[in-house]
Amino acid sequence: MTTQDHDVEEARVAERVERRWATLSIAIIVVLAGAAAFAGIHQATMPQGRVETIQPQIIHLSGEFTEANLGSAAEPDGSVTVRAVGQQYSFTPQCMVVPADTPVVFRATSPDVVHGFLIQGTNINTMLVPGYVSEIPARFKQPGEHLMPCQEFCGVGHEGMWAKVKVVDRTEFLTMSSKNRRVTCVE
Amino acid sequence: MLNSRRLVLAHFWLAFTVFGLALVLGAWQMFIRSPLHTWISNPEWYYRSLTAHGTVMGYVFPTLVAMGFGYAISEVSLNQPLIGRKWAWAGFWLIVVGAVMAMIPVALGRASVLYTFYPPLIGSPFYYLGVVLVVVGSWIWVALMSVNLHAWKKANPGAPVPLPMFANVAGSYLWGWTAVGAALELLLQILPVAFGLKSTIDAGLSRVFFSWTLHAIVYFWLMPTYIAYYTIVPRAIGGKVYSDTMARISFILFLVVAMPIGMHHTFADPQVGAGFKFIHSAFTALVALPTLLTVFTICASVEIAARMRGGRGPLGWIRALPWSNPIMLAVAFSFVMLGFGGAGGLINMSYQLDTTIHNTQWITGHFHLIFGGAIVIMYFAIAYDLWPHLTGRAMRDLGLMRLQLWLWFVGMIVTTFPWHWVGILGMPRRMAYYDYTDPAVAPQAVSVMLSAIGGFILLASGLLFIVILLRAQRAPREEAGLYRFSAALHPPVAVPALNSYALWIALMVGLTVTNYGFPIAQLALRSDTSVPAVYVGANP
Repeated sequence: MTTQDHDVEEARVAERVERRWATLSIAIIVVLAGAAAFAGIHQATMPQGRVETIQPQIIHLSGEFTEANLGSAAEPDGSVTVRAVGQQYSFTPQCMVVPADTPVVFRATSPDVVHGFLIQGTNINTMLVPGYVSEIPARFKQPGEHLMPCQEFCGVGHEGMWAKVKVVDRTEFLTMSSKNRRVTCVE
Repeated sequence: MLNSRRLVLAHFWLAFTVFGLALVLGAWQMFIRSPLHTWISNPEWYYRSLTAHGTVMGYVFPTLVAMGFGYAISEVSLNQPLIGRKWAWAGFWLIVVGAVMAMIPVALGRASVLYTFYPPLIGSPFYYLGVVLVVVGSWIWVALMSVNLHAWKKANPGAPVPLPMFANVAGSYLWGWTAVGAALELLLQILPVAFGLKSTIDAGLSRVFFSWTLHAIVYFWLMPTYIAYYTIVPRAIGGKVYSDTMARISFILFLVVAMPIGMHHTFADPQVGAGFKFIHSAFTALVALPTLLTVFTICASVEIAARMRGGRGPLGWIRALPWSNPIMLAVAFSFVMLGFGGAGGLINMSYQLDTTIHNTQWITGHFHLIFGGAIVIMYFAIAYDLWPHLTGRAMRDLGLMRLQLWLWFVGMIVTTFPWHWVGILGMPRRMAYYDYTDPAVAPQAVSVMLSAIGGFILLASGLLFIVILLRAQRAPREEAGLYRFSAALHPPVAVPALNSYALWIALMVGLTVTNYGFPIAQLALRSDTSVPAVYVGANP
């Protein structure tokens, strides 16, 4: 065997090994994307699917984000809708109440700049962008308290923008909601 | 041939000087927001510092490294004097002027909007103009790389373009197109408002524009590092590149798929629909491919070096590697950090898992580990490797160089691992202080302190790096010999389709249009979602 033959043979081996690795790499990627698609189709945690707009400058005046309408509302089907607004540098309501073990939907927006909506100890985490409504379905397993910081830089007061989410027993929530149309920690 | 030494040195010195300054700010930020210090009395100072740190580390430092390294690659690998050296100096001075122009309003507290801009927050127009000048300066480099390559191709028809230049030009095209997203945001949305010509802005649209730049910019930062993996490391440790073709494929894949994936930064945003989010998520998975290929090729190249040095056994060869060589150490550290950072990245790009860590300290930990760790440690290696050839002086501080790399590696791990952890606990990003007395925040205190200590280790390492470069600049003169890049085990004879870019650029632009065109058009046509600008620092 000449050196040249040897070289050609060597190059062929190198290529074969390489091709095997490339195939494995592609398989890994296909599995990853496939797993994401599968979990998405089967309604695991998903990024918000629908784009919903709202006129940011007048949310205080009319529509679902007027002050009297913010807080938790018990729906006829037994679920709960929580409406909130994030603005420089606070959330309204500053403390939200939700029942444990109940389907909850958070609907929130911002009238000024971009804010974040993150409930610690859960995977509820979204952005509030002025002009758009963010909607997150959730279910809290146990009663307790969660901190809810704004996670996006929104100006010099950003570090002070923290709210709270109080998860209470379902019956306790029902008593609260029978007394008030909209429930927050402040009765 | 390395004729433009002053040009390359000027880029490197400016890069590492601004890096040193931004590093001091970074360490200060880690300290000031940790429980080691009381609450900062004026949080505005923190955001000023954060804006400066991000702007310098994101736009100025890596751009200068890529440019300086790019000019060196063009001359050495093509063996041809740089065409357009005057233009190159013009680009350099544009960056100097731009950086100063951007930093003055930041220092005065007139542009505390962070390097990601965040409209409708609007700062001084000079901040944005400065950033634009930096980008324009770098576009001169993009054009020059293309001009130099074409001159060489004309003189060498049909010959395969040397791998370093092939990768370098791919990186420059990537940057040229990546920067367009932020440029559109600045020119169409932010600057008109900053100058008072318009008063409202659509924050949703600007977030989509920025995502176009925000992800692929990371691959622009990464290019010099990957070029060093393929073309410096094997030669420096006495080996050869396992596969020249695979290297070309990797760089082309970066060029094509780094771009149309940026919307994974907007998974949690309400202004983008689920379909495009999923498409971008799937494309992001694809961008892992060039990295997986690179990991294989570089490990194989390193193994070749070890076996050529007499290494034996399935893993025994690792001991035969030249561990006292700083380049060997740097690439090993870089790979470890790339491994951890890459694994974290797979979580970030995941359509579902992202929601757990989105905009938490996990993200800050992630990109510091990948960029500050895996990428920047190879910038150090590039400087160490090129320095004797640029200065014509010997570099003898091998022990100090190893210490510096060790400190950077340890510092980065100590900084970023606890950072990831507090992110999982839900600690939000970009806050001037935290109330550690709150029982829900208290468990994060120890981790934040550890991160701050890591920050100081990094600062020590960064300053030591500059000391090493300064000492080398004063060392006795010594001819370093001809600068070479690594040779391939099987040098390429003909590389069809991997010798030019037209097809790949068409794919890059085409994929950007398909993945971004519709969402951008839809957002741009909407008129009722704009909000009045919120001016920053208007009344001191």
